[in-house]
Amino acid sequence: MQNNVNITNSTQEFRQDFAIISGWVKFGSKVLDLGCGDGALLQFLRSGLEVKGYGVEKDDANWLTCMNNGVNVIQMDLEDGLSGFEDQSFDTVILSQTLQAMHNTEGIVLEMLRVGREVIVTFPNFGYWRNRVQILSGNMPVSKILPYQWFDTPNVHLCTINDFDEFCKNHKISVLERKVITDGNQIDFMPNFLGNLAIYRLKAN
Amino acid sequence: MTENNSVGTGSVGIVAPQTAHFAKPLTLKSGAVLPQFDLVYETYGTLNADKSNAVLICHALSGTHHVAGKYSENDKYAGWWDNLVGPNKPLDTNKFFVIGLNNLGGCHGSTGPVSNNPDTNQQWGSQFPVVTVEDWVKSQALLADYLGIQQLAAVIGGSLGGMQALQWTIAYPERVRHALVIASAPNLTAQNIAFNEVARQAIITDPEFHGGDYYAHQVLPRRGLRIARMLGHITYLSDDAMGAKFGRKLKGDIKYSFDAEFEMESYLRYQGDKFAGEFDANTYLRMTRALDYYDPALNFDGDLSAALNKVTAKFLVVSFTSDWRFSPARSREIVKALLDNERTVSYAEVTAAHGHDAFLMPDAHYHNILRAYLNSIEVGTHHAK
Repeated sequence: MQNNVNITNSTQEFRQDFAIISGWVKFGSKVLDLGCGDGALLQFLRSGLEVKGYGVEKDDANWLTCMNNGVNVIQMDLEDGLSGFEDQSFDTVILSQTLQAMHNTEGIVLEMLRVGREVIVTFPNFGYWRNRVQILSGNMPVSKILPYQWFDTPNVHLCTINDFDEFCKNHKISVLERKVITDGNQIDFMPNFLGNLAIYRLKAN
Repeated sequence: MTENNSVGTGSVGIVAPQTAHFAKPLTLKSGAVLPQFDLVYETYGTLNADKSNAVLICHALSGTHHVAGKYSENDKYAGWWDNLVGPNKPLDTNKFFVIGLNNLGGCHGSTGPVSNNPDTNQQWGSQFPVVTVEDWVKSQALLADYLGIQQLAAVIGGSLGGMQALQWTIAYPERVRHALVIASAPNLTAQNIAFNEVARQAIITDPEFHGGDYYAHQVLPRRGLRIARMLGHITYLSDDAMGAKFGRKLKGDIKYSFDAEFEMESYLRYQGDKFAGEFDANTYLRMTRALDYYDPALNFDGDLSAALNKVTAKFLVVSFTSDWRFSPARSREIVKALLDNERTVSYAEVTAAHGHDAFLMPDAHYHNILRAYLNSIEVGTHHAK
């Protein structure tokens, strides 16, 4: 078990959940990245693990960036579900820092579990102490991981680690593994208070 | 020098069609045999030394081999997909050797109902067989042979052209590396077949159709063809696009007549007349029939994934949000079948107002999509001189 792994990369914009996600994806496996943005995660997984990857992205500009980055990308709106994908047709389905921006949050998690043999979900932990401090001081939290103001945020379903644990329990979803990090460092003590990014590996029960 | 600035930058310049003659009989899907045939085609750009940069463009219902460029300085119109094809355009002729052809059964130079039947030395007319998408692809492969091209870098087509691109990957998986299937479908819906049937009935019931042998009577079923085209035009546009372009605009005061009083009417009449003056009714019947019949999943109990099992090409599938004739849902069926087979595929759903016709429009995002995909296609670097 690796503790205090520093996964920040000084030479490029490197999302702090990528290293942990890549540790959970098998070499040469088939991966679906939902809300794949510019395709950086899939590029990372492809170069390191030779995955057969597909991204799903709604935004036109992101779609083009993916294409220019050589990432296979399917343009669709996740809010409509994953009807174009067969049951259990991917080794891993990933939703990286997008859950909080979904309207149909419950629906997409269940769809992911239908399509993927394993599911990886990452989200900013709203229970992180700095968020709590900002709330206590009377303002909505704004930070590097939650960069938006209350009036322009796409994040409509923010949750805490406790909330998500409860969600999994209520939906009979198996949590295979959970890691919590803050600024690249793994947090094992009081994760719902000290962690700002939660990374879950899930499986349908 | 192939570039000619007088026809605009990025143009392939002045072009000329060529004809390939095929003396060997061609057995069609129906079982009918064409004793010999011609295919008229145009090419743009230069075939490279290892012949790895050839791109075939398949046309839709009324398209031709004249994809890009002009025939003379004074030519009023460029080829039908000139906005896509040329130096530094999305389908860059500095990189690719692009081939456009007129399909078998066409009326622009390739062997079709207007051609002479060598057995009777009369025009084929009604006797010209019904051709299918599979037949077209077979004849296109013969054209590739004729041009010395073993493997195409890509096949591109919109609508019925997209069906041909798809069929290439099924019929000749080893001969095509990429397929760009645009505003297309894996088969027609009942509604689409219904539109085609109305179009055909307009032609067939025209008193001057003479069962398809109107050439012998020295008449043309213009009225039928005109109505068929008017109907087609309605379905190629979206309600919004028509509303934006014509709305309820009148040409003058209301006359309480059945003349073309609304601008929409006069546009349709103009389009219908223009088409009826330059297109062949027998060809129109056959093109719509080819659309109706195409269904690669038919022999696989309707399972498109099974039908695409042997496909190896990489795909770009593109649809347009306002296209109700070949809706995004139909393109997603193709995408799903490719995903089921773990093939390499990207899919773009372009927000566009123009309906089915959007695939011919120079929308910036749409062209960026095609440019990005075409840029990613690898070709040999040694150019033949």
